[in-house]
Amino acid sequence: METTATAGVTPNDSKPGKAKFTFNPNRVAHNLNKLGLGYFSPFARLIAKDEPAKQIKEIATNTILPIIAFLIFVALWAITAKAVKTDSVQIPSPHQSWYALTGTALPGFSHPFPESIEGLEKPFFEDNAGMDPKSINGFAQAETVARETYQTARQERVDKYMSRSNEAAASGDLEKAEKYKGNAEMFASKTYAGNKTFYDQIWISLLTVSIGFVIATLIAVPIGVLCGISPMFNTAVNPLIQLFKPVSPLAWFPIVFVITTWGIEAPPSDSIWQRALFTSAGVVMLCSLWPTLINTAVGVASVDKDHLNVAKVLKLGWFKRIWKIILPASLPLIFTGLRLSIGVGWMVLIAADMMAQNQGLGKFVWDMYQNGDTMSTAQIIVAVFVIGAVGFALDRIMLVCQRLVTFEEQSI
Amino acid sequence: MSYFEAINLGKTYKTPSGDAVIVEGFDLKMKKGEFVCVLGHSGCGKSTVLSMVAGLNDISNGSVLLDHREIEGAGPDRGVVFQSPCLLPWMTTRDNVMLGVEQVYYHATTEERHRIVDYYLAAVGLTEAADKRPAELSGGMRQRVGLARAFALNPKMLLLDEPFGMLDKLTKFELQQVLIDLWNRERLTAMMITHDVDEAIYLADRIVMMTNGPAARVGEIVTIDFERPRDRRDIMADLKYLEYREQLISFLEERVYLLDKAA
Repeated sequence: METTATAGVTPNDSKPGKAKFTFNPNRVAHNLNKLGLGYFSPFARLIAKDEPAKQIKEIATNTILPIIAFLIFVALWAITAKAVKTDSVQIPSPHQSWYALTGTALPGFSHPFPESIEGLEKPFFEDNAGMDPKSINGFAQAETVARETYQTARQERVDKYMSRSNEAAASGDLEKAEKYKGNAEMFASKTYAGNKTFYDQIWISLLTVSIGFVIATLIAVPIGVLCGISPMFNTAVNPLIQLFKPVSPLAWFPIVFVITTWGIEAPPSDSIWQRALFTSAGVVMLCSLWPTLINTAVGVASVDKDHLNVAKVLKLGWFKRIWKIILPASLPLIFTGLRLSIGVGWMVLIAADMMAQNQGLGKFVWDMYQNGDTMSTAQIIVAVFVIGAVGFALDRIMLVCQRLVTFEEQSI
Repeated sequence: MSYFEAINLGKTYKTPSGDAVIVEGFDLKMKKGEFVCVLGHSGCGKSTVLSMVAGLNDISNGSVLLDHREIEGAGPDRGVVFQSPCLLPWMTTRDNVMLGVEQVYYHATTEERHRIVDYYLAAVGLTEAADKRPAELSGGMRQRVGLARAFALNPKMLLLDEPFGMLDKLTKFELQQVLIDLWNRERLTAMMITHDVDEAIYLADRIVMMTNGPAARVGEIVTIDFERPRDRRDIMADLKYLEYREQLISFLEERVYLLDKAA
């Protein structure tokens, strides 16, 4: 039988093993919605020519309205930038901020009035792949060059001492040979201790928030389950939870700092596992613990009575009862908590990084603030957009997880 | 001695305005392999009796003996089919049945357990739907899973709490057939709560009619004397069917109240 483009809609295609891939626009659109990418579902329908006029209208609405809002925002921003000035610094304009990100004028497009960009000394930098080393991309480029230069120079030293050592050994002077060899090893062990680039700092931030979030989850879910199962336990710990939940990350910082300084030996300077990273992660953990804990407790306490009756009739042991009934039933709420937690964690991270001097985005913002000129402030604005975008991405990832664990009908 | 015995069973709730007596002095004896339907008006306390027997509701007065032992709490020796099938929505049909089988046949091998589950899924006609989740099943299919789950426990007693109450008439007939076919194979001692007179006559050996609450108790008992296996059309054409029906309905409409006053 011939299958048409809409074959996926026919009801009798459920035979296992015979499932052929058919492009079903409705299913694709449904999955896109499920993945939080609902914006793209009209495109899928448009490809399948499912009411094209309606889809085009929807795409236009979904695209044009946000663009208009964004343009209005940029206009207001530009006006504010013109107006707000101190002796040393002004609010960077949208254009300055764009420049701060790319380090050059738009590719293949020379700015008609480069002198209009304040704080820009040279419009083009031949020695740094055309990028201003003060900009974010330009800095990364300069840093790559510096790192390579360093590594070449170091290798030269190592080679030099190794050949001297070999020469000395050949001439029978073992003492000198040993000494040169020691020098070579010393140079070989050196690493480049330059600044982190902006992109490294994003990764370190993600690493820090992941550590904090994972530890928070490992603590919050079991305690939340206990709170939900046992009213006695809940009564006992609830005051502590309510007391610590509203505490600011800045207040936690000194306490976590003492703990990490006491508990973690200072690592070598080129290691990424710095104490500061754990201090920062600890602060993130202490602040992102609570939404998961409370949601887990509520989820466990409100498991459908019918499901618990099933466990009773089958006389499930406590482990099986938790693992097979209570946890799956409360997963949707646990994931709601996790989604809130990762949002809180990411928000807290910037402050924690600033305090702990962890090499993440918070330190970037802090360093640029210390620079204190307009172009540095422009880089902070870039960082603000990046922080927002990463936070949004994390939220979407958690949203997808949340939708995957939520069964369609809660009680059947 | 009887296999199942409810002796002076009662349920009382303490309320601010004094005790609310739901069931009082409920006495019932059942032989092994007997199918008893409990019939009564909505809210008369039928379900309370069943959930006390199931061990899901505390017993205020009296006691329940099953196979010479007094019951304590819930357990897999009493398979329960609830009005809503109570399937776990995150598990497939097979896993829903397997959960109980694992508990009861804990010393069986995995292969033996799978064979048991497959047998009961086939018996209720769900082999094709074994790997579907409850959300993908119709109401009737979900209740089939409920039946398979209860029978697969190989319980001493089967407790059915208006299992087909939420289904349409045609599905109800189908499921009654599934239930009675399975029961004919295994002859479990069964207690079923219902408010459907025809259902009760078709399925039961005896029908226990409860008086209206509060303080509901056993009113009258009718023995249904049709041979098994029964054919729905044959028994409906039988004159005795009309007599039973008359007896049941007249009780529910008239004598329920007379007994109330007598008590």
